[in-house]
Amino acid sequence: MRLDIRLPLGLLFSIFGVLLIVFGMASNKALYERSLNVNINLWWGLVMLVFGLALFALGARSHRRLAKTAGSSDALSLGKSATENK
Amino acid sequence: MLTAIDWIIMIVYFIFVLGIGVALKRYTRTSTDFFLAGRSIPAWVCGLAFISANLGAQEVIGMAASGAKYGIATSHFYWIGAIPAMVFVGVFMMPFYYGSRARSVPEYLRLRFDEKTRAFNAISFATMTVFSSGISMYAMAKLTQTLHVFDAPVRQLGLPLSWLFHAGILISAVVVLAYIFLGGLSSAIYNEVIQFFLIVAGFLPLVWLGLRNVGGWAGLKTKLDAGYTHSWIGMGSAHTNRLGVEWFGLAMGLGFVLSFGYWCTDFLVVQRAMAADSMSAARRTPLIAAFPKMLFPFLVILPGLIAIALPTQGSTTVAAAHGSAVAVPQGSGLIPVKVDPGTGGPIRDKQGHVQLDYDLAMPNMLLHYFPTGILGLGLTALLASFMSGMAGNVTAFNTVWTYDIYQSYINRKASDEHYLWMGRMATVFGIGLSIAAAYMANRFNNIMDMLQLVFAFVNAPLFATFLLGMFWKRTTGHGAFSGLLAGTASAALHHSITLPAGAESGIKGGWLAVVHTYPSEMAQNFWTAIFAWTACFVMTILVSLLTRPRDPSQLKGLVYSLTERPQTHDLPWYQRPGILAVIALAIAVLLNIIFM
Repeated sequence: MRLDIRLPLGLLFSIFGVLLIVFGMASNKALYERSLNVNINLWWGLVMLVFGLALFALGARSHRRLAKTAGSSDALSLGKSATENK
Repeated sequence: MLTAIDWIIMIVYFIFVLGIGVALKRYTRTSTDFFLAGRSIPAWVCGLAFISANLGAQEVIGMAASGAKYGIATSHFYWIGAIPAMVFVGVFMMPFYYGSRARSVPEYLRLRFDEKTRAFNAISFATMTVFSSGISMYAMAKLTQTLHVFDAPVRQLGLPLSWLFHAGILISAVVVLAYIFLGGLSSAIYNEVIQFFLIVAGFLPLVWLGLRNVGGWAGLKTKLDAGYTHSWIGMGSAHTNRLGVEWFGLAMGLGFVLSFGYWCTDFLVVQRAMAADSMSAARRTPLIAAFPKMLFPFLVILPGLIAIALPTQGSTTVAAAHGSAVAVPQGSGLIPVKVDPGTGGPIRDKQGHVQLDYDLAMPNMLLHYFPTGILGLGLTALLASFMSGMAGNVTAFNTVWTYDIYQSYINRKASDEHYLWMGRMATVFGIGLSIAAAYMANRFNNIMDMLQLVFAFVNAPLFATFLLGMFWKRTTGHGAFSGLLAGTASAALHHSITLPAGAESGIKGGWLAVVHTYPSEMAQNFWTAIFAWTACFVMTILVSLLTRPRDPSQLKGLVYSLTERPQTHDLPWYQRPGILAVIALAIAVLLNIIFM
């Protein structure tokens, strides 16, 4: 895989998580009547942030490991060797 | 109703979608990169794209609608109608698709049979994808209108509300066009994976809140009658269950013919596995997909059940938002009554009962439980599902057009660069045609219904052709072609002489005569498929026996008995297709028992 999907995916979920957490903390309690008085923005934002960061970390780790083992700056061959080393 | 935070979430999503296209553009240098993602995608990514490509709007909206209408029995579309076929394609068929190095399903037919079989499949498939993508676009535009959540900005601009429909079509077309044009199949697959996680992230809290509200599954059971919460109750006869199908029609029609016909032969999904980075990854693709697939009923069907179980509330329904003077009877739970856009009054069936607009089950659940903020996330998930449904069709279309039609019949000997260019052009005119189809669906609903019917006739017999082609080396090209024609013809014939109960002759069937009446439309569909499959199977065998078989040496890698089994014993257990298959089937059986 030439661009580890976990990087953009983790980033997107982290951004969504932060947005929801900030909005959840700032918003009025009355807003949450429809969600059974659960501050769903805050809680789900936290879940999404944790998930997003975890994915991003995994993606970044394998990206670094690849860069080390391949020792080549050519992104194309880097991606190829990554997926075929089994 | 929407506030700034919802808009920000939607805009961030659109930026990411386009950004991925831009980021992948530099890796898209050859036609293989564009059409097959360079065969470089790991199994888990292919697996999630495999289900996501099928997880279009029809699935999310439609399955919640069926959940509200038929209850948990809708799960048959997953546990019977998908899992066995997904396991089969991974274990038995992928070695031929991937191993033959065919670049598309029609191309496999060319290698295994002959030119005419490929042409028949390629042309019908290409037409179908364009229309499906158009219908997806139409459904999205229609929904943005019905929901009224996007009205405010349109009003502010001083435009009429009908403008929302055009904006919906235009925006989805431009976004999908941009990211496929840039990154091809890789772009589509990456976005499908993102969309998969978005759907989970958007609907999981919805299910959680809904279940909490009704007192969990146990609470749901006390609020609804047994037919809703047991998937196998009354399946002995078509007249004693909500689906209106008996177990045999269900198992054969849905579980075998239709489901294997879709998951095992439809290039839209098979293309995702063909993009895998190795044979074992290609085989694992549908197997990995099977696990989240069997849990999807809890995400998309349960909201429908919850929607119908909640106390009826007239004020939050979308139907009431029109503010028309005509008194509209109350719906059921969160499901409003279907309103005739012309008169503003409710739509009634032949017996005078008001009809419910089940398609609003999922959107109304979102509006009911989600406050602003997470509502933006839920709507983004919904939009994402519409777009990936479109994108799946568009990528399948541009590949089949370029490889199986353009390269085969129009321009055989061009450079790879030229075919890459053609793929991008095909994306542009494929989307152009989809837009035309979307407007056609808006103007002439009947034409679309008729086209979908014709596609159903063409698709029904397909699996018989593949089954015989892959597992019986005696099958010939003439046999396959005449079998497909016979299957399609008998599907049309069966449809023309049967009718679902309560329907009038015409688009629903019975246009020649009414010989038999089925208790439901679903039963009629399943039996149409069974007849088509059987006709194709028998005809293919007969004609194959009468025509000259191909030399076995030419069929190596294309037929089971002439192909070496792919070795899997050096893989860890969790990567072996056989073991994954057994686990997937065992869980599917278990789920059926739990919700029996």
